[in-house]
Amino acid sequence: MKTKALTPALAVAGLALWSGAHGMDMREPAFSRVIIDELEARDVDEGTLAVWEASAWYGGDIDKLYLSTEGERLMDQGGETESFETRLAWSHAFAPFWDWQLGARRDWQPDDPNRDWASIGVQGVAPYRFETDVNLFIGEDGLTQLRLETEYELLFTQKLILAPALEMNLAGKADDELNTGDGLMNLEAGLRLRYEIRREFAPYIGVNWERQFGDTASRTRVAGGEVEETTLVAGVRLWF
Amino acid sequence: MTSNTPSLGRRRFVQGLALGGAVLGLGFSPRQLLARQGQTGAAELSGTDFHLTLDTASVNLTGRHRPATLVNGSLPAPTLRWREGDTVTLAVTNRLPETSSIHWHGLLLPFQMDGVPGLSFDGIPPGETFTYRFPVKQNGTYWYHSHSGFQEQTGLYGAIIIDPAETQPHPVDRDYVMVLSDWSDESPDQLYATLKKLSHYYNFNERTVFDTLRDFREKGVARTLKDRHMWNTMRMSQSDLADVTGYTYTYLLNGHSPNGNWTGLFKPGERVRLRFINASAMTFFDIRIPGLDMTVVAMDGQPVKPVRFHECRLGVAETLDVIVTPEEKQAFTVFAQSIDRSGFARGTLTPDPALRAEVPAMDPPPLLGHTEMGMGAMAGMGHGAANHGGIGHADMGHGDMNGGDMNGMAHGSTDHGAAPGGHVPLANVPGNPDLAPRANATEHLDSEYGPGVDMRATAPAALLDDPGIGLRERPWKVLTYADLETAGGAPDSSHPDREIVLHLTGNMDRYMWSFNGIKFADAVPLELRHGERARITLVNDTMMTHPIHLHGLWSDLELGDGRLLRKHTITVKPGEKLSYLVRADTPGRWAYHCHLLYHMQAGMFREVRVVEAAAPDHGDPHHGHQHGGHH
Repeated sequence: MKTKALTPALAVAGLALWSGAHGMDMREPAFSRVIIDELEARDVDEGTLAVWEASAWYGGDIDKLYLSTEGERLMDQGGETESFETRLAWSHAFAPFWDWQLGARRDWQPDDPNRDWASIGVQGVAPYRFETDVNLFIGEDGLTQLRLETEYELLFTQKLILAPALEMNLAGKADDELNTGDGLMNLEAGLRLRYEIRREFAPYIGVNWERQFGDTASRTRVAGGEVEETTLVAGVRLWF
Repeated sequence: MTSNTPSLGRRRFVQGLALGGAVLGLGFSPRQLLARQGQTGAAELSGTDFHLTLDTASVNLTGRHRPATLVNGSLPAPTLRWREGDTVTLAVTNRLPETSSIHWHGLLLPFQMDGVPGLSFDGIPPGETFTYRFPVKQNGTYWYHSHSGFQEQTGLYGAIIIDPAETQPHPVDRDYVMVLSDWSDESPDQLYATLKKLSHYYNFNERTVFDTLRDFREKGVARTLKDRHMWNTMRMSQSDLADVTGYTYTYLLNGHSPNGNWTGLFKPGERVRLRFINASAMTFFDIRIPGLDMTVVAMDGQPVKPVRFHECRLGVAETLDVIVTPEEKQAFTVFAQSIDRSGFARGTLTPDPALRAEVPAMDPPPLLGHTEMGMGAMAGMGHGAANHGGIGHADMGHGDMNGGDMNGMAHGSTDHGAAPGGHVPLANVPGNPDLAPRANATEHLDSEYGPGVDMRATAPAALLDDPGIGLRERPWKVLTYADLETAGGAPDSSHPDREIVLHLTGNMDRYMWSFNGIKFADAVPLELRHGERARITLVNDTMMTHPIHLHGLWSDLELGDGRLLRKHTITVKPGEKLSYLVRADTPGRWAYHCHLLYHMQAGMFREVRVVEAAAPDHGDPHHGHQHGGHH
């Protein structure tokens, strides 16, 4: 099962590399960028939660290979990874501000079974400069997810920047093994105020709010969990 | 450093060392110690035989020793003084660890001597010597620079002065070369990579929440939101005047930082010729000498009818010869601020080395407007008071559709129109996507609708008499192309055989630059027939100013009424449409490109081939026809 799901990931990686090798000329070398968008501590009931969201790309103007990861790990009580996903995607610019992204995602679960997904999405800059990501994930056994993410930057000064962000996850089908429902699963909103000591390095503080909805929330309640959480965050954003 | 003084921001560009410019490279790494040690200020070499050595050196312009690529160990490179009618021989030895080259900017010569690797020759491999040899067929102020990689950014540029075979038309008592350039402690490879990763990295003049609140107060909420709406939907920055700014650049005059204060002496009452050369990689300079009027006598080496003026924007790679006659026994500051007001180069003209003049404050940085957006020039100077009726016409750059475009709208004032002589056919060459059929010059080709193009001018305008952004409200005379005309009348026919249209295109966010949405790697050469008179019409679809340089052949800018301005590099403002005539009189393979170094690298580049055989051109019934002599 897992082997089968990883095959498309390898195929995508191969395609991206092939495309890179043939799409580039002597005058336009490939570039790369690593962006750790969030590397932060969240103050949760159980203690301190470490959260990361990072991506790296390699390629030219039109075709890029993206590797991204995000996750949460509880730092107290011996440490436990709450969630961890990685995604590999081939990104292809198709419009001035938009890229197609085709790839594969794996959710690593410490106890529960891992989940593998093929992904198809669009990433870019919407009017009014909303950095936007929309991805459809197609998993095994008819599982599907839709994720919408958008972020904005509000400049107080050239270096003090307030960044509101919003993420929404929807599922096409309940996943009984992971105890998630269908429909709107959760909403997450963040507000981070960063100070760019250099463009590449910016410590920040902020607040993060997360809430589950619908069937997913019901299941969590039945299991005795919280469906809403507001946390203070502190972290650093960096890229190179 | 700037990064440690955030509240001071852009005004605190590195002004450099007070004691001259490039300081010896002692105490540097062993590899750098082996390198030649750079020195400031260019020696003048004259005659017909020259030996130039290209080598790395360590220079210290900002307080840090950084590697540079120099000619004969100096920054700028030595000034070469030739005489019209001579044949010069230049042996160039490359001691750099990579291939190098020297291009003689603005000179008419056999294309094999033009110094562009891949077109003229293979370049000069490390350790080898290439000997350039060509007759000097012109006179005036020119310059030379590397055409390999980013070597030009790290110091490989110098002045050329060619004395006329006959007498100098404007005799002067003193003659100074004024080489303006931009220096960065960052390596240019890193700089270019940074632009590819985050194109607004060097812009520390973005609009803030407080700017918006101030606009709310001053202009009203509704008006502010309406004004901002277009920029926001287009995803363009209104403060994007320069890709690379004083955040990383130190601006130099003759290799001296502002604190280094290059100084030229004069005796009151003397006529002093200043030969300004913009040898920078990316910077437009607004030049003035408070207290002194300047009289222009030549541009791009070619004599012009003299015009008195007070300030001028000099494009990258352009040269401007002016004469000043300071009468008083006082010092004057030569002040050259960058177009985005993030820094300046500065020097002093003085009768006494002990005297200095005040250095003016930089202007507040201007904001791009409707003219720059290519929505038609605003009448007169008053930007603020002008109507905003054109808002709905902006092509919002969705790329996947062109419904918003107003292609082909015949704006009377913007349509260049053929010379009175009659219709000039648009070049249409099957197999060359640059020369696909167009209904008119402002129409955008299909190749302009793709990821590489983030906007298209809907109503490009004739802007030759526009001083340009930031200079429109000056209380003094700002020189424009419209003020200038080649001395002695039109140097060649003003009747072209056919017209080639190119749109200057780009995507700021992706840092992609091209002609017609096609970057060099995907383009085919533009062919001119030997002897033909071609009109090149450029439409600037971007919000940046681009200096466009054609090697080997003159670019005769059409000023209207048959008047021409002979140039080698033509600055095209955002939203501008202009035309110039080219006599394809020298066969060969010529480079044609934007002279902003990183735009050229990104693909705003073409090969122009002047060929003997008539190329198939179905759109041109007059092929082979020539007009000789003056109009």
